[in-house]
Amino acid sequence: MSKLLIDGVARVFPGVHGGAPTRALEPTTLAVEANDFIAILGPSGCGKSTLLRIVAGLDRPTSGRVLLDAREVRGPGADRGMVFQSYTLFPWLSVAQNIAFGLRERRLPPAEQDRIVADYVERVGLRGFERHWPKQLSGGMQQRTAIARALANDPQIMLLDEPFGALDTQTRALMQELLLGIWERERKTVLFVTHDIEEAIFIASRVVVMTARPGRIKADIAIDLPHPRHYTLKTTPEFSALKARLTEEIRAEAVLAAEAH
Amino acid sequence: MRAIAPRLTMPRPLEPVGRASRIGLGIAFFVVFVAVWAAATLGGFVSRTFLADPITMVMDGWTLLTRFGFAADIAVTVWRVVGGFILASLVAVPLGILMGAYKPVEAFLEPFVSFARYLPASAFVPLLILWAGIGETQKLLVIFIGSVFQIILMVAVAVGQTRRDLVEAAYTLGCGDRSVVRRVLIPANAPDIAEILRLVLGWAWTYVIVAELIGSSSGIGHMIIDSQALLATGQMIFGIIVIGLIGLISDFLFKAANRALFPWRLA
Repeated sequence: MSKLLIDGVARVFPGVHGGAPTRALEPTTLAVEANDFIAILGPSGCGKSTLLRIVAGLDRPTSGRVLLDAREVRGPGADRGMVFQSYTLFPWLSVAQNIAFGLRERRLPPAEQDRIVADYVERVGLRGFERHWPKQLSGGMQQRTAIARALANDPQIMLLDEPFGALDTQTRALMQELLLGIWERERKTVLFVTHDIEEAIFIASRVVVMTARPGRIKADIAIDLPHPRHYTLKTTPEFSALKARLTEEIRAEAVLAAEAH
Repeated sequence: MRAIAPRLTMPRPLEPVGRASRIGLGIAFFVVFVAVWAAATLGGFVSRTFLADPITMVMDGWTLLTRFGFAADIAVTVWRVVGGFILASLVAVPLGILMGAYKPVEAFLEPFVSFARYLPASAFVPLLILWAGIGETQKLLVIFIGSVFQIILMVAVAVGQTRRDLVEAAYTLGCGDRSVVRRVLIPANAPDIAEILRLVLGWAWTYVIVAELIGSSSGIGHMIIDSQALLATGQMIFGIIVIGLIGLISDFLFKAANRALFPWRLA
């Protein structure tokens, strides 16, 4: 049985000022197995973020349903950890307090909270910054804290919505390696939304390509590159072949999307 | 040239000013203000009947404090402002948070509060004297009416503008609705709420003086209206300046408290 089943999920946004309703997402079906790392790849405005928000329970599907461990998703919950593209650390809490946010909500004993926080601070390489305010951190450090905050809650599945979209190229590459390293150790189930082809191939075990609005799944490609992956992978012929194929798949969609805008 | 003589050039727009210069410049204007006032009065440009000079003002003030027990008036006025303001805050801040967080509550209360906000507190003074006499209750009520609707509305707006992505992040971390109010909406807006209280406290000072000008036997406002009968402009100005000084002090205290309570804002 699938870990997560997206079953015929569609989303139509009502028209603004009496205009025609917007079909953001065509009925979409996707089965995610436990320990899968799926990248959802598509041009901007293809409904990939909408799909992720529906899985998170932050948005409701117009039709269809989402099943996590065979239970229907009816709203947001701690079993689906989310990392947003925007910086969403709570500015009034320190790095450590941010990571402990979900643990405090579950009323874990303080000693237990401290142990988990220290563990994740270490894993995302933020030792020495526990008492900093989010404002004092770089964008990359803020997103590392956000990843730690979501992971510390031990969710069934991680949802990442272009988490590195606002970072510079170098930081971005380092963050991909960090996330991949964590996944290789923990094998969490991950849904990762991105519009970056290289990023999708490098970190995911499966890449799902979505079409331009209205979004639907166009291709579902297994990435059989071996783990652990090293950044040098990006220069291998296998990587280039996958990149060429995905570029072809997505280019047609980008052209359509550009024409529509 | 700019590099050689930076002190003589105009500052660039938005260029920050150093701490010492900031304090110096701030004091300088007070000096200029008093100097112009002294020149106008001591130089004989303005009749002494209508405007006392600074020296007379200070001497009148000293007499007020030492011989007429003006310190007690000041204490009574401060007590009224603080009392009425705290009562208003206790009612208004929770209501404002509720309105900001829950849209049906907002839909229910917002139109009335917006209407009530424009009811002038000073116009209530005669009515409140009928209802509550000229005792302390009436003074507190004037300040309460003047402050409570303002605070409710401003707090509701602040809470309503909480960043949605922070709220969504809290939900995905396992928060329920009440948790979101307690752990996100309130701490996220606490500095803004403190700033709103600081602002409205300033307005509360206006209301207390109006309340004391009519039907009162104590307080700074009462002293000012008494002095008018005697044409003692020195005393009147001293009273007004005392109010200004108290405002300055309370502002300073509020800002210091905010810095201590919300260090993350300044980081």
